[in-house]
Amino acid sequence: MLKITNLHAKVEGREILKGLDLEVRPGEVHAVMGPNGSGKSTLANVIAGREDYEVTGGEILYRGENLAGLSPEDRARDGIFLAFQYPVEIPGVSNMYFLKAAKNAILRHRGEDELDAVDFLEFARRKLKLVEMNEELANRPINEGFSGGEKKRNEIFQMAVLEPTLCVLDETDSGLDIDALRVVASGVNALRSPERAMLLITHYQRLLEYIVPDFVHVLSDGRIVRSGGKELALELEEKGYAWIEEHAAA
Amino acid sequence: MSRAETQPYLERFRRLEPSAAEPTWLHGMRDAAIERFAEFGFPSPRLEDWKYTSVRSIATSDFGGAPPARNPFSKRDVAFSLGGDFHGRILAFADGRYAPELSTIEALPEGVIAESLATALAGRPACIEPHLGRVATWDAPEDAFVALNTAFLGDGAFVYLPRGAVVEAPIGLVFLGLRNGAAPISQPRILIVAEAGSRATIVESYAGCGPDAYLTNAVTEVVVGAGASIDHVKLQCESGSAFHVSALQAQQSRDSRFASHAISLGAALARNDVNARIDDAGAEAVLNGLFVASAAQHVDNHTEIDHAKPHSQSRELYKGILAGRAHGVFNGKIIVRPDAQNTHAQQANDNLLMSEDARINSKPELMIHADDVKCSHGSTIGYLDESALFYLRSRGISAVEAREFMMRAFASEVTRAIGSAPVRTRVDELVTARLARGAPLEIA
Repeated sequence: MLKITNLHAKVEGREILKGLDLEVRPGEVHAVMGPNGSGKSTLANVIAGREDYEVTGGEILYRGENLAGLSPEDRARDGIFLAFQYPVEIPGVSNMYFLKAAKNAILRHRGEDELDAVDFLEFARRKLKLVEMNEELANRPINEGFSGGEKKRNEIFQMAVLEPTLCVLDETDSGLDIDALRVVASGVNALRSPERAMLLITHYQRLLEYIVPDFVHVLSDGRIVRSGGKELALELEEKGYAWIEEHAAA
Repeated sequence: MSRAETQPYLERFRRLEPSAAEPTWLHGMRDAAIERFAEFGFPSPRLEDWKYTSVRSIATSDFGGAPPARNPFSKRDVAFSLGGDFHGRILAFADGRYAPELSTIEALPEGVIAESLATALAGRPACIEPHLGRVATWDAPEDAFVALNTAFLGDGAFVYLPRGAVVEAPIGLVFLGLRNGAAPISQPRILIVAEAGSRATIVESYAGCGPDAYLTNAVTEVVVGAGASIDHVKLQCESGSAFHVSALQAQQSRDSRFASHAISLGAALARNDVNARIDDAGAEAVLNGLFVASAAQHVDNHTEIDHAKPHSQSRELYKGILAGRAHGVFNGKIIVRPDAQNTHAQQANDNLLMSEDARINSKPELMIHADDVKCSHGSTIGYLDESALFYLRSRGISAVEAREFMMRAFASEVTRAIGSAPVRTRVDELVTARLARGAPLEIA
C-alpha cells in the first residue's frame, strides 16, 4: 500500500529525512519510533503533502501511485489521513459542517453518492460513540477551546468518519492522560481492518501497549536504522534511544 | 475640489420644482443645504476625514441622467436583497423613488408607521420637522455629501415607533440601483424615530446591477428614545460599477440601545459613515461592520461614537477581507467628553488580506477628556493561517473551498451578532456568495 524508497526531505532549507525506506501492506500496523528531531513528524507531514516540506529525493508510492505533485486534498480523497500532533484550532468553522464537506468531497471523488445533512448526522453519531465524544463538542468550531485530550479524540473521530485507507497518527499519545489514551486507542483499534494500514508515529512505547503494532521501526537522523516486531519497542524502552544512536553510529 | 464640479448640481437644483404637498420649512432647509454644498464642493483628500478616499471619479462624472420613466425592477430583485424568509413590511425604492408595486405592506402594530418619506412629508410634516436634518450634521466640509442629499431631499423612508411599541418582524427598506441608465443618482433619506421603550429591527438593503455607473448618496437619521432599542442592518450589495456614499447618524437618549450592523460587499467605491451620539446617561451603542472588497474596489468605513454623558458603553467590531488590489479604510473615532465619567468603550478592527497587493489603512482615534473611563482599542492585519488551511485540505477540502471556509469563519463573528434570524440568514447567504464569487454580486 505504501512504499517509501530513499526519501530525502527538507524543511526550511534543512535536510531532515536522509534516505528513508519503509513498506507498509494493507492490514498492517507499523510503529515508527525515534527521539526528538529524528524526522518522525516530517515523515508524517510529507506523506500528507504539506507544501512547506520539500521532497528532494526518493519517492513515495501509495497504492502504486507516486504521490509527488499531489495536493494534500487529492491525497486525502485517495484515502490518506493524518491525525495531527497539534490539531489546529479554527474559530468560526463548525467541526461537523466542515467534516460533512470533507466526507462528501471524498465520496464524490470515489464516485459515490453524497450524504445529506440527516444521513451524515446519523452516520457521524455512530462514529462519535467510538471515541466517547459528545455531540455538543463535535458541533463546536474546530478544536476551539478543546482540551488536549478532546483534540486528539476529535482527530480519531474525523478519521472514523472519513474512513481512510492509510492512517498516519502523528504522536497521537502526546499530552494524553491514561484514560484519554485508552479511549483514543480503543477508537483506533476499532478502525483496524484488513484493508486499512496504519502508521503510528510515537516517541514513547506507552501507546503501543494499547495499540499493538505488527512492526516497529526506529528512526534516527532521518533514516530507519532498525526494524523488528513489537518486542523492539520494549527493548528501546529499556535501553533508551542512546543505545540505537550509538548502534547506528557504530 | 473645483467649484465647476458642483455646477451641474446647482443648475439641477435651480430647475427643481418644489411640490405643493411639501411643507414650506423643507424648502428653506434645501436652500440652506445647497448653499453649503456650493460652498464646500466635493470633499477633498486634504480633509483628514477623506484622506484615504478620493471622490474625484464621483465629482467628475455627470450623474444628472433622469431615471427611466418605467421602473425596471421586479419583486425578485427585492427578494434578492432580503431573502425569501423575510416576512416584515418592505418599502422598496427604484433609483431613490418609492415603488409601491415592489413593496409589501404587512400590517404593523398600532401606531407604528413605515411609509415613504414623500408620503410622510405631505401627510404628517409635524412628526418629521423636529428631527429631519437635525440629527445628521451638514455644516462642515467633511459632510458635503450629507448637504448634497439634503439639498435634493424628496423621498426615502420614514419609520416611527410610538412609545412602548415592539415590532417583532424586521422592517425592510430596499433600494435598487438602475439597470441601464444614463448615470443616474439616487439620494434616499431615511428617518427613524423610536419613542421611549420601543423596539425594532430595520434593514436597509442596497442592490444594483449592470455595467453602468450610478451613485447612491444615502443619509439615515435615527432618534433612539429613552430605553428604546434599535437594531439597524445595512446591507450594501451595489453593483461593481456603482458608487455608494452613506452616512448614518444616531442620537441616543437615556438607557437606550442602538446597534448598527454595516455589511459592505459591493460598489467600485464605497464610503460608509456610521456615527452614534450618546446624549444621555446609561446608553449603549454597538457598531459592527464587515467589509469585503476585491479587484480594484475601494471601501472606506468611518465611525464615530460620541460619549457625551456618563455611564454609557460602546462596543465596536469592524472586520475587513481584502483581495486583489482592493483598498480598505477603517477610521474609528471615540470621543469621551468631560461629563462622560464611567464610560466603557471597546473597539476592534481586524483585517484579513488575501493578496500581497491588497491594502488597509486602519486608524483608531481616541479622544478622551474624562478620567474615570475604560477604553480599549486594537487593530490587526494578517493573512490566512497556512497551518489551518493545510489542516482543512488534509481532510479532502479543496484549497479554494478551504480559503472560503476560513474567510466565512472570519466574517461570521460580525454576522452572528445580527439578532433577527431571517436577516442574519440572508446576510450570511450573500456574504458566502460574495466570497465565492470573488467579485461584487449583481441582482439577476
